[in-house]
Amino acid sequence: MQYRRWLGWGMVALLVGLSGAPTPALAEEIMLGGQCDRTGPTKNVGTVICPGLLDYIRLVNHTGGVEGHTIRYDEVEHAYKVDRAVEAYERLKRQGVVAFLDYGTPIVYALTPRHMEDKLLGITPGFGRADSTDGEAFPYIFPAAATYWSQMGAAMQFVKDQGVKKGDKLGYIFYDNPAGREPLDIFQMICDQEGYECRTFAVPPPGVEMASQILDITRRFKPKFVISHLFGKAPAISIKEFKKNGFPLDKVVSLVWGGGEPDFISAGWENSQGYLAMHFAGVGRDFPVIQAIIKMYQDEGQEVPEIVGSVFYNRGVLSGALLVEGVRQAIQHFGLPITGEKVKMGMEKVKDFSLGGFLPPLTFAPSDHEGGGWVRIYQTKGEGMVPYTDWFQGYRDLVLAEVKKAVEKGKSN
Amino acid sequence: MINRESGVFQTSYEGDMSLYTLPLAKRAVWVVLVLLVLLPVPLQLMQNEHLMSIATTIALAAIGAIGLNILVGYTGQISIGQGAFMAVGGYTAAILSSRYGMPFWVGILAGGFVTMLVGTLFGIPSLRIKGLYLAIATLAAQLIIEWTINHVTWIGGGAQSSIYVTNPTLGGFEFNNEFRRYYLVLVFFLLAFFSSQNLIRSRIGRAFIAVRDRDVAAEIIGVNIFRYKLLAFAISSFYAGVAGGLWTYYLRIANYENFTLIVSIEYLAMIIIGGLGSILGPVLGAIFIKLLPIAMDIGVVGVAKNVFGVPYEGVANFLANFQLFVFGALIIIFLIAEPEGLARMWENVKRYFRLWPYSY
Repeated sequence: MQYRRWLGWGMVALLVGLSGAPTPALAEEIMLGGQCDRTGPTKNVGTVICPGLLDYIRLVNHTGGVEGHTIRYDEVEHAYKVDRAVEAYERLKRQGVVAFLDYGTPIVYALTPRHMEDKLLGITPGFGRADSTDGEAFPYIFPAAATYWSQMGAAMQFVKDQGVKKGDKLGYIFYDNPAGREPLDIFQMICDQEGYECRTFAVPPPGVEMASQILDITRRFKPKFVISHLFGKAPAISIKEFKKNGFPLDKVVSLVWGGGEPDFISAGWENSQGYLAMHFAGVGRDFPVIQAIIKMYQDEGQEVPEIVGSVFYNRGVLSGALLVEGVRQAIQHFGLPITGEKVKMGMEKVKDFSLGGFLPPLTFAPSDHEGGGWVRIYQTKGEGMVPYTDWFQGYRDLVLAEVKKAVEKGKSN
Repeated sequence: MINRESGVFQTSYEGDMSLYTLPLAKRAVWVVLVLLVLLPVPLQLMQNEHLMSIATTIALAAIGAIGLNILVGYTGQISIGQGAFMAVGGYTAAILSSRYGMPFWVGILAGGFVTMLVGTLFGIPSLRIKGLYLAIATLAAQLIIEWTINHVTWIGGGAQSSIYVTNPTLGGFEFNNEFRRYYLVLVFFLLAFFSSQNLIRSRIGRAFIAVRDRDVAAEIIGVNIFRYKLLAFAISSFYAGVAGGLWTYYLRIANYENFTLIVSIEYLAMIIIGGLGSILGPVLGAIFIKLLPIAMDIGVVGVAKNVFGVPYEGVANFLANFQLFVFGALIIIFLIAEPEGLARMWENVKRYFRLWPYSY
């Protein structure tokens, strides 16, 4: 029975796996941690975001750490599965992690109660829970970047600035899952308020077939502007379909997950010219922080990876920078030892944090865990993206009022 | 083991009817039971919520897998809708406790019964179609249920399709940490395990097996196929609903993205690896499917760092994919080594040691 031997090896592998217990933090280290999806449905994003985060932490340690303390960031792969994310959270918690990056909308939802109970902070940039903007209701969750509601508010502000007037037609094409539907109410509300003629077009998961929706938009509805909110492979397909139907791409504005380099590569750069997409972190390498990372690679004699400076990479840098800044403020204001509570209070002290123009002027407060809901629109030009607007907010009052309402509803629920 | 070769002879009807006839098996079950009940004690002393959460997740998965095995393994009706059925239970529980203030046990039981109805409904096609065709029909169930939760505001509770619940409480006792939640799940796991063991040796269980082995023959000897196929769907869905409800209370949120198609497939994998048509099989399968990725994750990363000295940053993508590769390879190896699953492997081990060291 040769299989027996294989089986034996399998058992050995299992035992080795189990014995490789997580190592606890050293005394002078500050533990941060988070999950990542490098093999699951969002791997094309995860394999770029997470290196960005890890590189930023490496940069911090490279340049002397935070207030003289080394940061250790442990990443656990969860493949976008909720049960593995729970395990990852518990594992990192056991290692002494004081602040987390939560990766993925369903994961943020599932981990929220744990963050509250354990008083450990989680940042969720771009992943979810618009209502967690209200830091009084969700003390330990920081969306830390424009939520889908703020993004929608900003998109509506943008189309208004672009000359969409009362009575004009406006389309919203979205991925038909909770994350895709999240901004739907805000869209309808602003439509009613401004008197636009609005229609929504749902793309069912997995979002690889949307010819009929886009035909409907471009040939029948003929809107003045389209707001697009798609994930995964869907944005690339939508770009191709819009192009095929001759719809001007500079009349399409995508929320944050629809405008990364992978999307343009798979749609073809030549097909994506003029496409507008929203970002909550700077794009490109012309920022001091990205240059510092490049220099770090050069100092180490390594080749600079191609992904440095790309859309998702920079979002990873944003996550890392926010976690580190929260820790820095915590040490400055509240001293050691660092706990989740102190990092939370430290985060709330972060003011006008922009990393030299890389980020919008993020300012957190106990009532605002979003940092202001800033975004910036970039346009695809050549094989890259150029800024189309400056950092801006849109319909801030309306969005915040909705957040309040959602929190109230959540309490009575 | 020790006293089997000369035969175990029962002298009472109770003894003959008991679940475990061998004295040693009885003792072993008691030992395992005590170990399961006492498991949180050392973990709590070590403050190890991590291992506790893994154990709870495995117990939860085992409930769903035992249920699915009744349908697939014993009755021979393939279902790829287990995830969706769990979602039905999860949302029922969440709606009842968050909107109507019902205690958790009402939520879990109601989740079981509502899922039972839904499962029976989607089981009706099984009367006409078999095998892969039925699999596709249950796939439809998965998609329909997901869509419904997603789009009916009353069920999903709005755009996010997720409902929060508070910690379950029982007479002032709040299940507010991992160790307490483990007991909550353990009780239902033990109920599921022993009730299905009893079910299978009853008239119903034998009818299920008859239907699986040859439904025409079963009908000829007087098994009402209509009734038993639907009953299999009903019972299996009940387990799924309970598991879904528990999962909701465990996470304290009902979110249909926890119950997608990939989850259904994972449950099928559990029972196939564990062993179709056994009760222990799904449990072993749940342990395998839930524990191995975690062990791989800790182990592969640890080995890369401590043995080969490579920093995580450089090889993260490789490691993540390598784990999938090894995971897949292990599944194949286990299935080749023992197509009848881990449960059969365990039987073989027991058989080997039965006459040890004088085995022939």
